[in-house]
Amino acid sequence: MVLQLRGVTKSYATTDGPLPVLRGVDLGLNAGETLALTGESGSGKSTLLHLVGGLDAPDAGVIEVAGSDVARMDDEARAALRRETVGVVFQQFNLIPALDVAANLSFQARLAGRHDPAWQDVLADRLGLTPYLRRYPEQLSGGQQQRVAIGRAMATRPAILLADEPTGNLDESTADAVLALMLELVDETEAALLMVTHSERLADRMARRVHLRRGQAA
Amino acid sequence: MRRTALWGMMAHWRRHPGQFLTLLLGLALATALWSGVQAINAEARSSYATAAAALGQDELNQLVDPSGPIPEATYIALRRAGWGVSPVLEGRITRDLGVIRVLGVDPITAPPQAQMVDLSAPEDLVAFFSGRAYAPPELAAQLGPRFEGQEVRVAATLPAGTLMMDLGQAQRVLDRPDQVSRLLVWSEQPLTRRPLSEIAPALNEAAPEDRGDVARLTDSFHLNLTAFGFLSFAVGLFIVHAAIGLAFEQRRPTFRTLRALGVPARTLVGLLAAEVLALALVAGVIGVALGYAIAAALLPDVAATLQGLYGASVDGALSLRPSWWIAGLGISVLGAIAAAAQSLWRLWHLPVLAPAQPRAWARASARSMRVQGVIAAGMIALGLVLLGAGQGLVAAFAMLAFLLLGAALALPVLLSGVLGLGAGMARSALGEWFWADTRQQLPGLSLALMALLLALSANIGVGTMVGSFRLTFTGWLDQRLASELYVTARSEAEAAELRAFLAPRSTALLPIWSVEAPLPGGPGEIFGVADHATYRDNWPLLTALPEVWDRVAEGSGVLINEQLSRREGLSPGDSIALPVAWEAEIVGVYSDYGNPQGQVMIGLSRFESQFPRAAQLRYAVRLPPDETEAVMTALQREFGLPASTMIDQATVKAISLAVFERTFTVTAALNVLTLGVAAIAMLTSLLTLARMRVPQLAPVWALGLTRKRLAWLELMRAALLAALTAVLALPVGLVLAWALLAVVNVEAFGWRLPMHLFPADWLRLALLALAAALLASAWPVRRLARTAPSDLLKVFANER
Repeated sequence: MVLQLRGVTKSYATTDGPLPVLRGVDLGLNAGETLALTGESGSGKSTLLHLVGGLDAPDAGVIEVAGSDVARMDDEARAALRRETVGVVFQQFNLIPALDVAANLSFQARLAGRHDPAWQDVLADRLGLTPYLRRYPEQLSGGQQQRVAIGRAMATRPAILLADEPTGNLDESTADAVLALMLELVDETEAALLMVTHSERLADRMARRVHLRRGQAA
Repeated sequence: MRRTALWGMMAHWRRHPGQFLTLLLGLALATALWSGVQAINAEARSSYATAAAALGQDELNQLVDPSGPIPEATYIALRRAGWGVSPVLEGRITRDLGVIRVLGVDPITAPPQAQMVDLSAPEDLVAFFSGRAYAPPELAAQLGPRFEGQEVRVAATLPAGTLMMDLGQAQRVLDRPDQVSRLLVWSEQPLTRRPLSEIAPALNEAAPEDRGDVARLTDSFHLNLTAFGFLSFAVGLFIVHAAIGLAFEQRRPTFRTLRALGVPARTLVGLLAAEVLALALVAGVIGVALGYAIAAALLPDVAATLQGLYGASVDGALSLRPSWWIAGLGISVLGAIAAAAQSLWRLWHLPVLAPAQPRAWARASARSMRVQGVIAAGMIALGLVLLGAGQGLVAAFAMLAFLLLGAALALPVLLSGVLGLGAGMARSALGEWFWADTRQQLPGLSLALMALLLALSANIGVGTMVGSFRLTFTGWLDQRLASELYVTARSEAEAAELRAFLAPRSTALLPIWSVEAPLPGGPGEIFGVADHATYRDNWPLLTALPEVWDRVAEGSGVLINEQLSRREGLSPGDSIALPVAWEAEIVGVYSDYGNPQGQVMIGLSRFESQFPRAAQLRYAVRLPPDETEAVMTALQREFGLPASTMIDQATVKAISLAVFERTFTVTAALNVLTLGVAAIAMLTSLLTLARMRVPQLAPVWALGLTRKRLAWLELMRAALLAALTAVLALPVGLVLAWALLAVVNVEAFGWRLPMHLFPADWLRLALLALAAALLASAWPVRRLARTAPSDLLKVFANER
């Protein structure tokens, strides 16, 4: 199992005291499996994704990613997990504005020390980015930027791809195209995919679905 | 509507109090440095004006003898012939508290314009004749109630450093019996008076002076100070411009919304201008108060410099003038408007459908950088044109201003090129990102870096100038002060006794006799010089005709100092008109640092025949160095000579070097302040940018870098930019040094100095700049290293 969550809880400090966001979530995901994480606003979907990606630490519980417990990792180890084991696609794309498309595509793989130029060429080709390699993010459309973000995340051949509303900023047809590409690449690399989405239509295209309600899997 | 719109705009400052303080601080500092320098200048000029108006010199004609003092008998003869004249004796005495200018007057014959102290009460007049002296408050406080047997009273109307007394008392104190320096000519004269040529043919009638010689001489010094004050002001304005610009960018969404909600562009611009005006007034008040403190701290050094360099007396105390407050507030408002002009222009042209998010700096900057590059090239070209074609001190400073501003504007363009080169050479992903991201930060940091460049260039330029001057000056002192001992007798009789006493105890006794005399271009001094190896072997001649010392000794040629040579365009081979009625040939030019006036040296025998009444009191004594102490002790024992009349070589060199060092204290202080302002500019820019940096750094963190590593990279980025700026500041500073040495000094002081290089100083300055940059970035970097992951995640998540 690539991902296993047991009794994960997380709360945030607010002026009115701690605000519980996750209240003991259990979840498992196998290699090559796709899972849609749905739920209303504030149900804890993005928080769960951030915990799995090592972007934040849980208050309690176990989060095993590729056999390692993220909850027990220090800052350095979580940074290594983000570099080498997971790929993350954000709703806001979050490309690096100072780098061109080619450099953005290769950035994470090079940080992880596993840059494969041939694989990057394949990704650029499959994602339709070859004509734009020398352009900068601000010169691309939203759909193009999200394809760069997917390419960057897949360039390391991650064990698990995390996607937070990856099509939230795209129109319907572009969203469908982007998701299709993501599923194809996940299928080819046998990575697991955990995708946060509000869209029932997109969630239906995943193999499994988990609905979060008030911080718990429904 | 206006009130609501203003409330909406002001909300920004409520949320960003640090930025608000930055803006106030920048403007207050800029105003403080500028108004501090202006206060010093105003105080000094006020002192000169008082001195120039003393005894009605700015209104009355005067009778002077070009060959020296006027015998009192000549004065009496003129009075008997019907001339309405009043005698004045002026001289300087050295006491432990320093040099005092003694002014002897005759209140009975003095015309109304020359009455500096009210002596209309009979008892005051009697007390004055009996030995009461008057001094300005500062000098009176130093002298105490009595000075050498005379009662001392305070008279605020007297020029600084001047002790006024009855003519007879002054003749006694100055040991110049039966002499007067000049005669004041009444405005109204009897028609029956006989012509001057009949009674006193040696005297000339001189027209009143509208400005004192000192005011003219010190113009260049004050222009120097003003230039540095302006530089500091400009550096301060960089902070203000950066703060206002960033505030504008951050408020762009608010402005757009206000426009969309129906607030006209004109109203918005008016509100922003009113906001800037209010800020400027508050900052102006703080700045003027700070400027007062700076001026009060620096004025004693400036006063000492002016006294040492020009013999100009300036009050060491600062008075608070209303005009100064108004000027300070005015410059603050002008500075703020200049700094905000770009923002006001942008707001005027802001489309209602402008992007809601802060503008993409990188894209906008690419365009503006090209424009900036063109402007920079234009300014540098203009500076070079002025360098080739300009003349005078104002042209020299304008040239410097164009070169410095051009270099500052060119800095971001050059840095962008260097960083682009770095990015091209980077091999790792992190390296590529580091260089490219640093390049992207340039627009936000460029103003602070430009301020740093100006401060560093000024430091390198002025440091090189002062260092070169110090080296040259020290070598020159060694040449010029070759004698082991210098003695001044208190009277001619004592001088004769001294000569007899010292003859068997010394290897040579060299007279230092001089008279003040009108020279081409203004007043100056003529010295008699003995024919001796001391001069032949050591005197710092810059250029000379063959057999120069033989020509001087036989009286057929004279030496002039460099100042006179440059000012009047005189060279060896030219002739010069000297009193009395002597057209002398110039046979050499010598360097004469620390003296703004023209000076001529002639052979001793010729001096005695030209100026028979000149005082023969000062001597340079050559003797074995180890006997100096014993001879001084003997002189003290035999003649009771006070310490102030004898000085050995080592002491006079030490005093000269101390005067030299003090001369540049103000410059050094302004340099340090400018560097401090630049460091604050850096800190404020980095602090403001730190908030905007989070969205740029969060993705890199998310892709696998720790916050600590990112913080280190941020620190390295600041160090890299500071180091590159320091490297680029070096050539700019050297050009500045060259201009100061070869153009400004020649125009201001009349001498040109060779340029020496001080790489160790540059290295120290570069390290200082690095330290300043690291310190400035330490706070924002520490904040970044401690940013909670939840804050970084806000960049990615719109929900939890």
